[in-house]
Amino acid sequence: MSLAIAVALVLVALAGTAVVATAAAEGQAVTLSVYGLTLTVLFFLLQAPDVALAQLTVGAAVVPLMVMLALRTISRHR
Amino acid sequence: MTRPVRIVLFLVAAAGVALCYLGAVFGLPELGTPVHPYRDQAVAAAVARSTANVVSAVNYDQRALDTLGEETIVLGSVIGAAALLRPTGKERKGTVRDADETLPSVALLGYLLLPVTLLVGANLVLHGQLTPGGGFQGGVVLGTAIHLIYLTGRYQALDRVRPLAVFTAGEALGTTLFAAVGLVGVAAGAGFLANVLPTGAWGSLLSAGTVPLLNIAVGVEVASGVVVLLTKFLDQALRIAGAE
Repeated sequence: MSLAIAVALVLVALAGTAVVATAAAEGQAVTLSVYGLTLTVLFFLLQAPDVALAQLTVGAAVVPLMVMLALRTISRHR
Repeated sequence: MTRPVRIVLFLVAAAGVALCYLGAVFGLPELGTPVHPYRDQAVAAAVARSTANVVSAVNYDQRALDTLGEETIVLGSVIGAAALLRPTGKERKGTVRDADETLPSVALLGYLLLPVTLLVGANLVLHGQLTPGGGFQGGVVLGTAIHLIYLTGRYQALDRVRPLAVFTAGEALGTTLFAAVGLVGVAAGAGFLANVLPTGAWGSLLSAGTVPLLNIAVGVEVASGVVVLLTKFLDQALRIAGAE
């Protein structure tokens, strides 16, 4: 179990770095969503399914969607 | 501020944060040890009120006042975002057309997942006292489920199933319902948000007293909030013609 947690922690770190390293804002919405998924796995492994569900819905779905819609509006106004 | 100064400032701040963070982490009890004073208190209180999902017992019973605060934060954020995203100045609200072309596979997925997602959301809200999930998680799922229609490219259909006035009212209704359940406790003489209803049998749908009611209140409020927010964002992206 602790091996799975360690793997999940490494994945979170990698995905978090990927978000920071993504230069294009549109791409960042996608890596942010992947980062949200890795956090979901971590929370689930740490036996917090309630938090994992909240993270899945908000972090992996709603926030990236809002970022995408905001970017679309901004690019149209340029 | 020049770049080197910024970097030095960042390094100093980062070192401070790192020190505090490490101090906090090493002060924590070790992961997975049998000693857990909060668990002993919380689980006993949850069992005493027949709440199978202990997390819900903490959120909607033992610390229900905190949840009222969080719910109010959601309400405030939605109002703030809606005010910021309203059409202003030269912007005007136009009509919306359906998408010219959508990938058939994406549209099919949208249609297929819509009923499934609505069912999952309702299930999460209604079983919050029994299984992981609850009003917040279920509410977000319900609010996003409706927007699967967006994937099908039928924006006009999305407008029809999502009358904004209804969901604006739902946002207020959910928050009011939560406070009203709290006032029932006051009326019973037990205090604001006290769990005064019969707690029922452990593990049955109608158990845990006020917990399912508060879950429904939060579910209505969060689902409406997500719908209002996404509607405002979608309006900005699809409908509002800018100054160009």
